[in-house]
Amino acid sequence: MSYLEYTVKSTPTGLRKILFLNWPLTLLLSSVACVGFLMLYSVAGGSFTPWAEPQMKRFAVGLVLMIAIGMTPIWFWRSIAGFCYGVTVILLIAVDLFGEEGKGAQRWIDLGFMRLQPSELMKITLVMFLAAYYDWLPPEKKSRPLWVLLPIAIILLPTALVIQQPDLGTSLLLVMAGGGIMFLAGVHWAYFAAVITSGVGLIVAVFQSRETSWQLLNNYQYRRIDTFIDPSADPLGAGYHITQSKIALGSGGWTGRGFMQGPQSRLNFLPEKHTDFIFTTLAEEFGFVGGISLLVIYLLVIFFCIASALANRDRFSSLLILGIALNFFLFFAVNMAMVMGLIPVVGVPLPLVSYGGSAMLVLMLAFGLVQSAHVHRPR
Amino acid sequence: MSRRALVVGGLQFVLVGGLAARMRHLQINEADQFRTLAEENRIKFKLIPPARGEVFDRNGVQLAQNVPNYQIKMVREDTRDVEAVIARLSQIIDLDGEAIERAVALIKRSAPFHPITITDDVTWEDISRVSVNAPALPGVTPEVGLSRVYPLGSDFAHILGYVGPVSDYDLKKIDDPDPLLRIPRFQIGKVGVEAKEEIRLRGSAGSKQVEVNAAGREMRELGRREGRPGANIQLTIDAELQNYLQARLDGESASAVVIDCETGDLVAIGSAPTYDPNLFVSGISVADYRELTENKFRPLASKAVQGTYPPGSTFKMITAMAALEEGIIGPDDTVRCNGHLEVADRKFHCWKRSGHGSVDLKNSLKRSCDVYYYDLALKVGIEKISAMANVFGLGVRHNVEMSAVARGLTPTKAWKNRVHGKDWVIGDTVNASIGQGDMLASPLQLAVMTARLATGREVTPRLVKSVDGVEQASGAGAPLKVDQNNLKKMRQAMFAVVNDRGGTANKSRITVDNMRMAGKTGTSQVRNISAAERRTGVVRNEDLPWERRDHALFVDFAPADNPKYAVAVIVEHGGGGSTAAAPIARDITLQALYDGPPPLEAYPSKDRGRIRSQQKRLAKMRPMAKTQDDDKA
Repeated sequence: MSYLEYTVKSTPTGLRKILFLNWPLTLLLSSVACVGFLMLYSVAGGSFTPWAEPQMKRFAVGLVLMIAIGMTPIWFWRSIAGFCYGVTVILLIAVDLFGEEGKGAQRWIDLGFMRLQPSELMKITLVMFLAAYYDWLPPEKKSRPLWVLLPIAIILLPTALVIQQPDLGTSLLLVMAGGGIMFLAGVHWAYFAAVITSGVGLIVAVFQSRETSWQLLNNYQYRRIDTFIDPSADPLGAGYHITQSKIALGSGGWTGRGFMQGPQSRLNFLPEKHTDFIFTTLAEEFGFVGGISLLVIYLLVIFFCIASALANRDRFSSLLILGIALNFFLFFAVNMAMVMGLIPVVGVPLPLVSYGGSAMLVLMLAFGLVQSAHVHRPR
Repeated sequence: MSRRALVVGGLQFVLVGGLAARMRHLQINEADQFRTLAEENRIKFKLIPPARGEVFDRNGVQLAQNVPNYQIKMVREDTRDVEAVIARLSQIIDLDGEAIERAVALIKRSAPFHPITITDDVTWEDISRVSVNAPALPGVTPEVGLSRVYPLGSDFAHILGYVGPVSDYDLKKIDDPDPLLRIPRFQIGKVGVEAKEEIRLRGSAGSKQVEVNAAGREMRELGRREGRPGANIQLTIDAELQNYLQARLDGESASAVVIDCETGDLVAIGSAPTYDPNLFVSGISVADYRELTENKFRPLASKAVQGTYPPGSTFKMITAMAALEEGIIGPDDTVRCNGHLEVADRKFHCWKRSGHGSVDLKNSLKRSCDVYYYDLALKVGIEKISAMANVFGLGVRHNVEMSAVARGLTPTKAWKNRVHGKDWVIGDTVNASIGQGDMLASPLQLAVMTARLATGREVTPRLVKSVDGVEQASGAGAPLKVDQNNLKKMRQAMFAVVNDRGGTANKSRITVDNMRMAGKTGTSQVRNISAAERRTGVVRNEDLPWERRDHALFVDFAPADNPKYAVAVIVEHGGGGSTAAAPIARDITLQALYDGPPPLEAYPSKDRGRIRSQQKRLAKMRPMAKTQDDDKA
């Protein structure tokens, strides 16, 4: 189904579009952001500075951005999908050349008013571009090898650039999100089976290559994996984050220590407590009940996205929504799995809760696209 | 499409379910374990060292006190890079290189969470500078501690001893050490009262529970259990008299003990030369220490209680008492002294080669005739003599809270057999009768002996008067199980020694009637007089090297008719007891009796000029001392 088939009459126009936004989704996103404000206020020791207040301002900007994007016709976004992808790839190359270093990795471009992380943006533009690709590709061709290799190349080009930074976590997320779109688009099962098999082979190769001349990963990446496997081996060094994070989480119990009463975060035992590890503060202060509540909100976000996608007869729109939902899912699932000690520490923030401008704006931008697809769905 | 979407969506729901299950596992199933870990993270126990008990003299003069001192401590686990932090610290305050090296070595050796004192001798300004720079100095904390100070310094060195930082050696000696001792550089008593009364002076540690942050900084106190401060101890010593005694002994290698005959209170225990115990408190320098150990007059030794000497003629009262108690002689029975006595083919000489002629008890003691006592000893035997010595506190280790209190020696036949594997010979008895040979006694024991002779009671010495205001048992003692008439005769004889013309200590008499002194001189040989010396005539003491000269001894009690104080003085290698020891003993006795400088009238008139200048000289050495004018005012 193409946008040409829309009956323009049934599509809202002008400011009336506001009424047709996916308001439940907007409310859910706002409540997640509010949880973030609360936690940032708490980890700052009961203060809006230095984190809660800028985060609120950014969310306000993000909300306006989301609505603005949501009111822009979806076909406009589809038409510039390839352009966005190309620009992001150029930005990734620019980061490698001119980017500023943060924590041993080149990830930022300073735009003056904000620091842009192109790899964050890449998650969205990749989804956009792949959705547009499968919208354009006649369905019968989608499982033909050539037409499978092309999207793989589209995925691997930015992935390779992100690995260069180096940022293993984000590059894996790109692969998973891209692969997810391909799966959703209906590419044949066998390809995925092959990829998973070779993926397992690659993991074996990664470990086999350690301390040989063709070592595939950096030493710090190996150390993170070691730390993950046995955090207690180096409790004050690399294992510190995981150990302290689990202590904070575990000591929360059913209902937690109470708002602003979590000793682990208040006494600075928790690392990165306002960014990647903010979930542990939540779990410490509000316990299992608090943690599950946030998880349920996240799940509702996913649910509303899938519902919106399934109700949307436009192929681009529904792939886009599902892709963005998948990205969002990967965001919070990877972060939570990390702080709970299920996977190694990869620098993935908790969406809309962790302090950070780039990730928040990119996410709001993405949900703007979801809104746009929702508002401009064929009726 | 929608089927695939449901697959992906379903997978997402399953994974979220997995996250929820993990969360439940951590937060519910293992909550207790993690709660404990979290508490361990944030709560630390810290010991609060108690304030050490202070020490006072019998009149409340402070002898050992605690003064605040500022320390800088470092905890390794909070510091991470020790060298870098110390380098930064030494830019901020003056640290001497040797101390830094010692501290760094100690830090590396100790448990990572132990605070190590880097320096304990910094000013308040240094402390504030460190506090201001705290963020750049992780693990470094300034602390205020208490340090021991002995305001009267060397006067009480031998009695109080000193404290010092606890050493590995100290810890090894204790089976179950107080956790306080694990505090680095915690001060414990090393010798003297400080060591003997360590447990009471130390008190017990309090503890506090503190919440610390990830950097180890204390955020707040959660709980506190107060410790018990150390007990304050009051000694029986009179600081004023002690000060006089030390000044009077100055320049000699000598010791003296003053005991209160009525209570057994040790009012002064002096030993010269002495040292400044304050030097030891924070660790004495190698040079200072070598100077003390290599000094041949042994300033570190507390000769008054540790030193044992042949008591010489001061022992004659014991030989006489043994004979009197056995009824072998009466006080008026006489013995003829020809200047020597031949026993088992050996000639035992009297100190007076020409002999004393016929002497009874009083005359023999007054003139210190040796042959009289040789004769008694042969009749009464060594076992009875030794037993009598024990009755009067010789050969007995007195329970005084000072280090290495000597037991002395009262030889018996069994003792010689056991120790030397030889049989007792009669010559040994003869030697023992005049306090020579194997007989050994400390000045403390001689003072106790004199006090017992003076009172007829089993006076036991007491050094600790009260602990935290609780009076300790008096040493007055029960009446001795000897004939009080015999004791009376002994006292009369001792009175004659000092007050009769021809008495060996007559020159050192006290001329105020109700203060008269009774005593006994002693001169004990440290050499054997060789046969060659006998032929050529005994070399005069003054011509001998110091180490071979005779010890000079004197014991006395006064007032003779109502004894208040007993005094024993030993001047090592000082020559004759009557010339070297008796004048010192008299001066000390008078000082004690008058509780300050005595009036010149107490001295024989021809001595007064000399005494006046001596008093002036001593007064200059003792700027804080009482003067006669104080008493008059």
